[in-house]
Formats: sequence, C-alpha cells, structure tokens
Amino acid sequence: MIAGRTWKFGDGIDTDVLAPGMYMKLPLEALATHCLEAIAPRFAAEVRPGDVVVGGASFGIGSSREQAAQALKHLGVGAVLATSFARIFYRNALNLGLPALFFPQANEIQDGEAIEVDPVAGLVRAGGREFRVEPIPAHLMTMIEDGGLMPHLKKKLARG
Amino acid sequence: MGRTLTEKILARAAGKNAVTPGEIVTATVDLAMFHDSSGPRRVKPRLEELGAKVWDPSKVVVVSDHYVPAVDPESAAILKLTREWVRDQGIAAFYDMQGICHVMLAEGGHLRPGLFCVGGDSHSTMAGAYGCYMAGFGATEMTGVMVTGEIWTRVPATIRVEWDGVFADGVVAKDVMLHLCRTLGMDNAFKAIEYGGTTVRAMSMSERGVLTNMAAELGAESGIIEPDATTLDAIRAAGVAIDDEEARIWRSDPDATYEAVHRFDAAQLVPQVARPHSPANAGPVDEAAGARIDQAYIGACVGAKLTDLHMAARVLKGRKVAKHVRLLVAPSSRATTEAAAKDGTLATLTEAGAILMPTGCGACAGIGAGVLAAGEVCISSTNRNFKGRMGHKDASVYLGSPYTVAASAIEGCVADPRRFLIPREACSAPRAGGGDPSMDQVHASTFRAGVDMDRRFRGELK
Repeated sequence: MIAGRTWKFGDGIDTDVLAPGMYMKLPLEALATHCLEAIAPRFAAEVRPGDVVVGGASFGIGSSREQAAQALKHLGVGAVLATSFARIFYRNALNLGLPALFFPQANEIQDGEAIEVDPVAGLVRAGGREFRVEPIPAHLMTMIEDGGLMPHLKKKLARG
Repeated sequence: MGRTLTEKILARAAGKNAVTPGEIVTATVDLAMFHDSSGPRRVKPRLEELGAKVWDPSKVVVVSDHYVPAVDPESAAILKLTREWVRDQGIAAFYDMQGICHVMLAEGGHLRPGLFCVGGDSHSTMAGAYGCYMAGFGATEMTGVMVTGEIWTRVPATIRVEWDGVFADGVVAKDVMLHLCRTLGMDNAFKAIEYGGTTVRAMSMSERGVLTNMAAELGAESGIIEPDATTLDAIRAAGVAIDDEEARIWRSDPDATYEAVHRFDAAQLVPQVARPHSPANAGPVDEAAGARIDQAYIGACVGAKLTDLHMAARVLKGRKVAKHVRLLVAPSSRATTEAAAKDGTLATLTEAGAILMPTGCGACAGIGAGVLAAGEVCISSTNRNFKGRMGHKDASVYLGSPYTVAASAIEGCVADPRRFLIPREACSAPRAGGGDPSMDQVHASTFRAGVDMDRRFRGELK
C-alpha cells in the first residue's frame, strides 16, 4: 500500500519539465532537484516518500529519457496516476518499479489531499472515496513481482 | 482478413502468421540504435551489473549526436565512454559526430522495408519513412534488448492519414505535422500512424521523414509509409542492394482494418506555426504572426536536412536577418553540411547573416550551443517546444517549417513565408538575377509522378 499526499497536475506533463535537457548530463540526484521546477517550483524540495503524482492526459509525453520516471522515483514518489500516459514514459515507469496506473477519475482528486494506492489490487482511496483502477497488464506482473526489468533480467540470466 | 503494414511486420518479428491489434507479442529485434545520451553511459553499468554482453553487435548502431562537440569535462567524458564501449563491444556501426542518429540510420543504409527496429530515442519513429517499424524506448528496456535481442510490445491499431493534392508554394511536410498535432492531438499512445495519399507519394524521403519523425509528437508508437520507387531509390543511393519485390510485399492489404482513416486536402493547407509550449498549440501562421523573436533556429533531425537548408536559402537569398535576431543553422549531418557547401546553400545562408553551428542535436535537446535565456523567444524548425526544452524554463519557442523560420528571421517576428517566395505567375521564367527553380513546375511534376507510382503499386497488389 502506497500512502501520502497528492500532487495534482493537468494534461500533457512532458519529459522536459520532468527532466530538463540542460541538466541531463548531471547525476540523477542533481537532475532530480529540477524535476517539475518549471511548473511547480516547490515540488522537488517538498515531495515526501509515498506521495502520489496525479496527472491528466498524455502524462510523460516527449523524450524517451528514462530520467523522467527515475527522478520521480528518486524523490520518493510512490505512484503516478493519470487519465492517460505517453507510451515510453509508461513503459519506463513500470520497468523501474514506479507504479503507473490509468486513472480516468483524476479530475475528482484535489491537490494536497491524503491518498492511498494499492497498485496490485487496483484500488485508490482519497477524500473519503474509493476508486477501482485498471490492473497492471498480466504479462507485466511477473516482471513487476521480480522488482522491475533489471532484477527480472538477472533472474532470467541465472536460469540460463 | 486484410492486415496493415505494421501488423505484417510485427507478425513476422514475432514469428506468427498474423497478429491482431491489442495482442501482446514478443518480437525479435532486427536493428537497435541508441545515442551518447541514452546509450552506453546508461546501458554499460546495467550490462555490467548483469554480467551480460551485447547479444549481436552486428545489429547495433551507436551515434554520438547529443553532447557533440564536447563543451565541458562532463560531456567530453560521456563521448569518451561511448567510444570506448563501442570499441569494447565490437560494434562496427558507430557514427561519432557524423550526424543526428535518425538521419544517420538513413544515410548509413541501415533501413529497409519490413524491419522491426528499436531506438533509444523518442524520434526513432522517423525510420518508418523506409517502410520499417521503429519505436523509441528507455535505457532499461534497451538494456533488455542488448541482453536478449527481444522486446515485448502491444500490437498497435493503425490510424491511416491520407493527404491528397498539391501543396501551395511555401507549404511542406512540417506544416502537415503541426496541423496534425492540433487536429489529432498528442494522445495517440499505442497507435501506429500510416501516412499515404498522392501528396505523400510525391514527397522526397527527406519530407516523408518529417511525417514519421513527428509521429512521436502525436504520441504514437510509430509512423510508417508504404515503400515505393522513391524508397527503393534512396536505399540504393545509400549503397544497399534491394529488389523491387520488397516494395510490393511490405504494403497494407487493400482490405486492411484501420482504427480510423483521416483524409486531408493538401491544397487547403497554409503554413502552420505552433505557439509555446506545445506542438499541439498549432494553427495557421496568421494566428502567431508579429510575435517578436530573439532567435531563429534551423536544426535537428526533423528540420535541418539538405532540403530544409534549401528552403531556408530560398527565402534568405539576397536578404538579411533582422538586426536584433540571431539565426543559427545546425545541419543534421556532416554530409548535409558538405552538400550544402558544395551547392552554395551555406554561402547563401551565411551571406544573409546566419551563424553556422556544428552538426548535432544541439539546442533542440537543450544540451548543445544555442540555448535560450529566461524571457527569450525563438522560432525553430525542430519538433518540440515544451517548457524548458531549449534552455531556460521561462524561454518560449514557436515551431514552424524552415521556410517560416527563415521568413521570421528576416522580419524579426513570426512571419508568413509565402510573401518571400516567387509569385506563382512568375515561376515559368527564371527570375532576373536569381537562380531559383520554378517550384510550381517541380510540384506539378512530382505530383504526377506520385500519382502514377501509387497506381502502379496498388494495381500490382492483386
């Protein structure tokens, strides 16, 4: 169970605001301090482990840069809920073990409210209400249960 | 049951007779490409952690294009690591500062119809101009490909986008894509965009590449164009032997099922400009005309090929860039720079006041020289204008065709390029003192050729 506060954003949160190009040569820890600063200057400093990012359509649109998802995870974000995801961001997030869940009811969530997310059961609780969300696709569950793509590959290589 | 080209390629790569949209398949990778930013520096430590080697170095292409040329010790170290890793892995296809990755795949003869390709860059979709499937992925997934030679994908439904007719002078593929960003939106994840129609058939490979490149801005898995004589000619020009038969095999069936078919009339399109901070904020140039600019940028995989430099030169010939504007030109490959030097294009650009930049992703990726300060405004022939994309988060970027960028550089504000082009009536005779070709005649003849080509290939299908 993931529990924290929500950080609410609109449609089209792109990879340039998540991981700005001019900081891409820096190590992840340094890059992450600029995550979302163009639209939410307090985010990187104030986000706490377990907090949940809630977005609208095409969350993560833009570049293939994995640092967009990695920066959120590094800052402690527990899950990203969005009405829809850009395809590469969605894959990157799951591969890195950052739960990304399609959440059509995103507009019913307020910024800064308490939220609980159970990505395995497909359950979201916020503002005294409970929402059912689409479960993670079955073919990805093995990888996610292994802890992401890297541990999954390790297991696969060990089997030979 | 009829299949789209995308479904045929995925079926072959997955070792199945047929696949259906929505189905999840594991596909064998024919070609994997990544660059200095997404590639070795991120994949090497992961491969070491796994104790694994590259599954097949002959299927890997590496391009150093993001941090070139090095501007500080950090970028120099990234480039050094890339060179050393490529050497250690025995990867022969390595382009070090030779051009932008998507352009190098074409120039290097790596693309052919029917291939299933993956790239460590979102604009990998550009390769689809060659009738192959190519999608972008992140570094961890690319590590997976390096280890296994495979990747899972959900078979995308195909959306057919048809353009028919002849563009007005000054309207090009870039205007098509900006218009599509507005009309189709950017939320087309898990879809393939297949472009067709007589307008597309009449386009050069360079212009077709604009359509497939910016399938990424539509949010699509991939963009693809059925191969024809233009495709085969380009492949042969890159020194690769290919049989005509490949252009007949790798096509969508006449009864293929599309999720949607969108039809457009090319003659109705006017130059488009996307306002800050999204390609989807596009509209006719009139809507943005007059907005003051500080910088004009001709660059990137999508917007600095030889044909793009020709467009800019046609507008800038005998004219000067506005005093308060800097016009930066970063050709998309070393070969582009060489060709533009030989045919006089570079001289035309620099005489107008353009600053020639190194080949590479440069300011488009917010990494190289030419980035923007807070409050500055740029018009760019690139593909993205998100907040913070080209430098400071409080800079603004407009997107337009090379024609529009060049016209804006002269005016000092966003400007309609059409008034800088030769009037159509005057086209039949060469302009006094000018060597510009009659674009009207060029348009008409390529259009007729495109129609014939389309008929020929369609007719030979059954």
